[in-house]
Amino acid sequence: MIARDFNEWEKPLRELEEGLAKLQQRIERERDPASKLEAEAALEELTRRRDNIVAATYSNLSPWEKVLVSRAPTRPYALDYISTIFGAYVELQGDRRFGADHAIIGGPTSLDGQPVLVVGHQKGRNIQERQLRNFGYARPEGYRKAIRLFDMAERFRLPVITLVDTPGADASVEAESRGISEAIAASIAKMFELTVPIVTVIIGEGGSGGAIGIAASNRVLMLEHSIYSVIAPEGCAAILWRKAEMGPQAAQALRLTAESAKELGMVEEIVEEPWGGAQRDPAAAAAAVKLALMKHLAELTKLKPEAVRDDRYERFRRIGVFSS
Amino acid sequence: MTGDGAFLQCSNCKKILFTAEFEQLLHVCPHCGFHHRIGAPTRIEITFDPGSFEEFDRDLRSGNPLDFPDYTEKREAAEAKTGGFDSVVSGIASIDGSPISVAVADFAFMGGSMGSVAGEKITRTLERALDRRIPAVVFCASGGARMQEGLLSLMQMAKTTAAAERCARAGVPYIAVFTDPTMAGVLASYASVADVILAEPKAMVGFAGLRVSKQAGVGKVPDDFQSAEFALHHGMLDRVVPRKELRSVLNALVKLLGGHLAGVTKVSKK
Repeated sequence: MIARDFNEWEKPLRELEEGLAKLQQRIERERDPASKLEAEAALEELTRRRDNIVAATYSNLSPWEKVLVSRAPTRPYALDYISTIFGAYVELQGDRRFGADHAIIGGPTSLDGQPVLVVGHQKGRNIQERQLRNFGYARPEGYRKAIRLFDMAERFRLPVITLVDTPGADASVEAESRGISEAIAASIAKMFELTVPIVTVIIGEGGSGGAIGIAASNRVLMLEHSIYSVIAPEGCAAILWRKAEMGPQAAQALRLTAESAKELGMVEEIVEEPWGGAQRDPAAAAAAVKLALMKHLAELTKLKPEAVRDDRYERFRRIGVFSS
Repeated sequence: MTGDGAFLQCSNCKKILFTAEFEQLLHVCPHCGFHHRIGAPTRIEITFDPGSFEEFDRDLRSGNPLDFPDYTEKREAAEAKTGGFDSVVSGIASIDGSPISVAVADFAFMGGSMGSVAGEKITRTLERALDRRIPAVVFCASGGARMQEGLLSLMQMAKTTAAAERCARAGVPYIAVFTDPTMAGVLASYASVADVILAEPKAMVGFAGLRVSKQAGVGKVPDDFQSAEFALHHGMLDRVVPRKELRSVLNALVKLLGGHLAGVTKVSKK
């Protein structure tokens, strides 16, 4: 039986952890020393079992399981990383064109005392937030806001950090009417115009055009259990085999894991996640991301502005496998 | 289009046409005006000066870098069908004597999809325009990025757009013509950053294909949704131009926007 989402997939583990919590409570209430000892032994055993399961599962995730983990509703989102990694963050919301999109957020902040500009996809945690964030599907206004912020970064010489986490860009009639394709294309073009360094971290889902729209960067890093794909596996399955349920097979074929992306030379570095995934220890995940960001930005800020732009061009110019 | 020999049936209005007349009308139905898809060789022949096209990069060929199921077989079938090695034909041609760096997508090759080779050819077409300081004209016809090359295809969106951005910064005009269909990863990259965007009537132009939209839960759509006319109405392209007028519109644009470039023929005084 193949799970369709993270909650379904992680259910056995979650039940085990709930059992652990209950046992813990019982131990705290237990007055009888013999029973307490017995319960403590059981707790120890159960904890060991839990640890083994987590270790075994997360060290050997299938591509489809990576898809599920990358979409985990408990996974840290862009704003979680921003509040942990950066200094004061001033969110700027206007695209100055049509409206405010909340699936892409951004503004100036600082990294280890250095002013930078951050742009990222943002998903929501509860129903209201998910609707506000359009389930992470950014609208044209989101990309136009990103373009405006990229311009600001260039003007004030702020290195740019983008955090990618989207199932894809919004494909609604409204998005189409306001030029979602043009907005993505223009955002990519704008990134190639910048002479300040740009570093991208794929923190969850790197979904096709919606992802590359803010990922035309000098360096692209991926969290260990994030994914990066030309198309959602379900969409790929719907097109190739006319069966969206064949997502797991498509996930395998698309080579969308961080490991595959690294092997293909599409990303510079895989940022290791804490034991059991970023969702189990968001602070540790953020610390790892911060370290990686500082390392890559330190390298890039040594380059002259023109060289930064050329480096970005060359990075993408090399990509392609063909014979002649 | 179905039929063979002297007669054909229009796949749009179902009326019967004379093959010779249909070809003379540049594959536009005389009854309903539907612009039928044409392959790259026909497109080049009807657009540029006779005999002026010199093909570049013809031998670029994709492998199967992801070992994607059935990809090699599909590509080989497309090679047999089109006689080309990928979905883009590129080179140098001229209109009214002015040299132009051109790329023409061929929908017949795996739906015109963009993988490593198509991306490389588009990029080289734009870089060639940049190096020689001549205008670039690209005819788009694509379902989007080629899934079978995974991330390599997605990255072609950035690579091609980067080359277009260089042309823009260098004052080298780049004109895109959206033909049926211009979709998804192609529309959301190099196609949409051209200086001028023309489209053929009724060409399908859109972000997500129907099967992907359904998957994403997009419901009812307007009748003209994802058409050239819809995109024109919403300001996403500049003109819808009938096929028979394309050559003259391109000729005017190349001379007017490329007048500052040494190789481009000057506009006539009248």
